[in-house]
Amino acid sequence: MSKFGSAIFNRLVIIIPYAWLLFFFLIPFFIVFRISLSETAVAMPPYLPVFSWSDGFSGIIDGIKQFSIANYVWLTEDALYIKAYGSSLWIAGVSTLVTLLIAYPIAYGMAQAPKTIRPTLLMLVILPFWTSFLIRVYAWIAILKPEGLFNQMLLTLGIIDQPLIILNTNWAIYIGIVYSYLPFMVLPLYSALEKMDHSLTEAAQDLGCTPISAFWQVTFRLSLPGVIAGCMLVFIPAVGEFVIPDLLGGSETLMIGKTLWNEFNANRDWPVSSAVATILLLILVVPIMFFQQAQAKADSEGR
Amino acid sequence: MKSLGSIRRSFAPWSDPASKPFISFRNVTKKFGDFVAVDNLSLDIFPREFFALLGASGCGKSTLLRMLAGFEQPTSGEIILDGQSLAGTPPYKRPVNMMFQSYALFPHMTVENNVAFGLKQDGMPKAEIAERVDQMLKLVKLEKFAKRKPHQLSGGQRQRVALARSIAKRPKVLLLDEPLGALDKKLREETQFELMDLQQELGLTFVVVTHDQEEAMTMADRIAVMAHGKVIQVATPPEIYEAPNSRFVADFIGDVNIFDGTVSSVDGGFVRIETESGLSIKVASPETPAVGAKAGFAVRPEKIRVGSSQPACAPLNAAQGVIWDIGYLGDMTVFHVKLRDGRVVKASSLNAVRSVEDPIGYDQEVWIWFDENAGVVLRD
Repeated sequence: MSKFGSAIFNRLVIIIPYAWLLFFFLIPFFIVFRISLSETAVAMPPYLPVFSWSDGFSGIIDGIKQFSIANYVWLTEDALYIKAYGSSLWIAGVSTLVTLLIAYPIAYGMAQAPKTIRPTLLMLVILPFWTSFLIRVYAWIAILKPEGLFNQMLLTLGIIDQPLIILNTNWAIYIGIVYSYLPFMVLPLYSALEKMDHSLTEAAQDLGCTPISAFWQVTFRLSLPGVIAGCMLVFIPAVGEFVIPDLLGGSETLMIGKTLWNEFNANRDWPVSSAVATILLLILVVPIMFFQQAQAKADSEGR
Repeated sequence: MKSLGSIRRSFAPWSDPASKPFISFRNVTKKFGDFVAVDNLSLDIFPREFFALLGASGCGKSTLLRMLAGFEQPTSGEIILDGQSLAGTPPYKRPVNMMFQSYALFPHMTVENNVAFGLKQDGMPKAEIAERVDQMLKLVKLEKFAKRKPHQLSGGQRQRVALARSIAKRPKVLLLDEPLGALDKKLREETQFELMDLQQELGLTFVVVTHDQEEAMTMADRIAVMAHGKVIQVATPPEIYEAPNSRFVADFIGDVNIFDGTVSSVDGGFVRIETESGLSIKVASPETPAVGAKAGFAVRPEKIRVGSSQPACAPLNAAQGVIWDIGYLGDMTVFHVKLRDGRVVKASSLNAVRSVEDPIGYDQEVWIWFDENAGVVLRD
């Protein structure tokens, strides 16, 4: 390739991800954001158009003047939304922690396994993706319901004499989220643990660490990037999760994904649901941005 | 027996029956499944000794070192350190530290934290740790790099951090696994001497594993040549080089010419061997094989002389041939001389002067010859 050609190619390589972000994230986000500043109406679509491009420049200015933050004010006035946000973050947080506790030993075991069987183990972790997500969540209904497999087993073993009520409680949601997102935690952990030099833990032990202390001071510490990546991959989608609370959760379960769904479909209140979505995005994106900035700073200090 | 080669220093506890070994391997065997890595091996290492385990990869030298560090347990046999059996002592309780081949520096810690790591595990007071770390970094000349992370250092600097970390705890024994393997030639040679000085200064016992014979010869007080999980010979570098006890050691260390033949007479400390190629060899030898026995004769290239005129000793210890190849190495020249029967003999001569009046050239008819004490008899 000529030098000129490769320069174009280099530009193109950078442009593609930015273009992707622009078309599939930024533009949709601004559409949602614009709707969130509007008001509901009996119309098609069901909100008042704040402005339209055909009104020209002065029309747009007029439109901007009509923007109202009433929907956002509404979110703070009704305790339902704040509770839903709080409970979503709580459920997602607990689920992420439990997923981490289960995934770490799995990933560690995989990384310690003989090299020849590692691809097979990796395959087994990804295997559930061959079945539709929805079907797998439905399967959990059959397992967890009072007369389901799980209760049958416990009854047969004589551990309980009455079926446990798990389905349609928060317990079922925890189980559903942990189960569904486990591979997303295992994979980054495995990739962090697999490339670790085994002689590092040996060196730590040689210098006086017990195996457990060597694990914490060296292995776990060096796998932190994988831990963080895995936690983000689980926590972020879990906060906005809709299918799992809808299918496995009960009436007392309050999650923002479900609230948003109700607002959008049952109430047909597009502006409020847009505001809910915008706030959700801010809650997730802002802390992550701060975190990444802090990490980049820490990295550059080491240099 | 006459002393062989130059004496490095008057330190030879192994030849003193009163001195007690510091590390003893007693009938140690290590098996991995069916593979015998170390085979019924016994070995004594003395305090303050710089001891090298030398052998090709897979000879069991690294396994031996790892058993000493505690990362592997012997299948049978016993390892004794300073009078105490090491059986059942985990690595973190052994008064032994290891410098790893890959250095195994903790990538998330600065140089000073790497060096301080072992001291922190012992719960040493902070002020003392800081002092010791400073001292160690000064020793390896890395004071300026205390705040750097391992990835910001060169290979040689990393090696020195690894060294500082492994001696920071003042272990009784320092184990070094191919310590200079990752360095380039020039740095390796410098570091060899630095390590020797350091060992003298600290008065520690060093056990080094290496496949590089030059490294072992330069640094070690004694060398154990290993093959197939067994020690073939343990001796000082001059003994290993000048008096190999077997064909394997003679061949493994340095360059050698080995002539096979039959012992024709044994008389007054001299052995005569008639070789298959018709060479008559008379050699001074403490070994006295039986007359008529098969024997080998090993002679180093630098002990064979090459010249155009017939030597006085001919026909004993001499042969005629033609120059087949000449390798000029600067400090010396290597000649490959093809004898009458087609066998090629390696001879080398030091280029002590800048020019020779009558240089030896290609295809020239020459004589090769050697002294009566130039080589050793190898019994098969």
